[in-house]
Amino acid sequence: MGLLDRLLGRIRRGREGRAPARGAARGDRGILVFRHTSEVIRAEALLKEAGLAVRVMGPPPELRTGCDLVIEFPLVSGLSARQALARAGLEPLAIAPVGRGLLEPVSLFQVKDFGDHLMVRAANMKLTVDKRSRVIVNVSGGGCPDVPYLAECLVGQRLDQAPRPGEVGHTLCGYALQLAFEEMLRQCPG
Amino acid sequence: MPWLIVGTVPDPEFLAVAGPCAWDGEALAVAGRRLRPARGTPALLAAACLASAALDREPPQAVLAGDTGLGQGSRDAYSLLLGLLDSPCAWPGITFHYLQPDVDWHNRILARIDELDPRPLLVADAGYMYVAKMSGYAAAYDLFTPDLGELAFLADELAPHPFYTRGFLQHDNGGAPDLIARAWAGENAARCLLVKGEVDLVAAQGVVVDRIAEPVVEAMEPIGGTGDLLTGLATALLDAGLPAPEACGVAARANRLAGLLAQPTPAFSVADLLPFLPAALEQALAGRPSQGKPPSGEGH
Repeated sequence: MGLLDRLLGRIRRGREGRAPARGAARGDRGILVFRHTSEVIRAEALLKEAGLAVRVMGPPPELRTGCDLVIEFPLVSGLSARQALARAGLEPLAIAPVGRGLLEPVSLFQVKDFGDHLMVRAANMKLTVDKRSRVIVNVSGGGCPDVPYLAECLVGQRLDQAPRPGEVGHTLCGYALQLAFEEMLRQCPG
Repeated sequence: MPWLIVGTVPDPEFLAVAGPCAWDGEALAVAGRRLRPARGTPALLAAACLASAALDREPPQAVLAGDTGLGQGSRDAYSLLLGLLDSPCAWPGITFHYLQPDVDWHNRILARIDELDPRPLLVADAGYMYVAKMSGYAAAYDLFTPDLGELAFLADELAPHPFYTRGFLQHDNGGAPDLIARAWAGENAARCLLVKGEVDLVAAQGVVVDRIAEPVVEAMEPIGGTGDLLTGLATALLDAGLPAPEACGVAARANRLAGLLAQPTPAFSVADLLPFLPAALEQALAGRPSQGKPPSGEGH
């Protein structure tokens, strides 16, 4: 019996013995897809070391294209997971919500000009900058608890001196703010 | 008994607390801890305190914990709340705010709330609105306060977070009534929605019942925390006994009027708007059909 079969067997036994969760689905979990099983195992150790609740799982049918295993993780901790992996030079092939196939992240930016200020929106996050000084004057939108923390870290800082949201944030909202930040750098290159 | 507000503050050193809130004109105090109402749950609490005072109601109570996105503070707040729910409690309502989405904790808390008699009204904004939808129990809530992007997320039965909302669900005011109907039909919406946008929309059971388009203060959009003020106002008005659609309409008008009175730039903080809330609320209440302050405790 191979490693994958043993793992899948363990997953099936676990599911059989567990009371069904209240609610329609565990929609708060995501999966990390890697090139090789060795990367999955390395990533599992790194993510557990980083304090994330992760499990190695069998991939959903739509992902069985050479990826034998995936890592299930709390979806809102996507940024923390990426950071922990990036520190070790590991990059997943894909990140997707569990059981829903591959959903594309929101990729469109909206830019609004207020005269002296410019606002960029990425997904549910907005970043506003004073166009002349390039000082970040506001962060808005989002719902995860790192949003107020990111706002405290960024507001009042110049774009070229501010911490990157992707480095100090931990959630999908933090990741969306990083996208807005990158777009703002393109809009206000200085 | 006062309303309960559950949320987080962006300070990893802030240990979980539960207790009454007080606003001294500059800072907020929760269980004796002083907090700046710069944004997030402290801004919501400050708005709820100011509005409660204007409505002759007790200020809210709060369950708060420090969380910078790793989730431990949110789990501490969930645990503290669950403990409180195990003791005799009679909050007329609970507002959930910036909390790390966690379906297991959400479901445990909702199951306990369902056992309460009378059952409190439930309001969810920010991360807790996300998890309420993820859990499949959105319809158990009385009020959600999404912006247009979050409304598209509610309408997308497949999206587990606004970051994954599918592109065909457009974030514009024109399509909002359809998204509201879709979210309600999919049981992914609360009974009442207050949708924040260029035109604020109030919906009851999937149907738009109020539109608030005036006054227009464009600089309010980039100011972080204006939605927190709105949820705080709606919370206080629900506590005063207004039915949810009416509370939302008054709150949305008051929020816009506060912007008109403050004349902000996009660089304002919500803390700069707080001094204008009482006068704005008074004006908004004077403009409602029945006019003036609701009688204390009407309609719970």
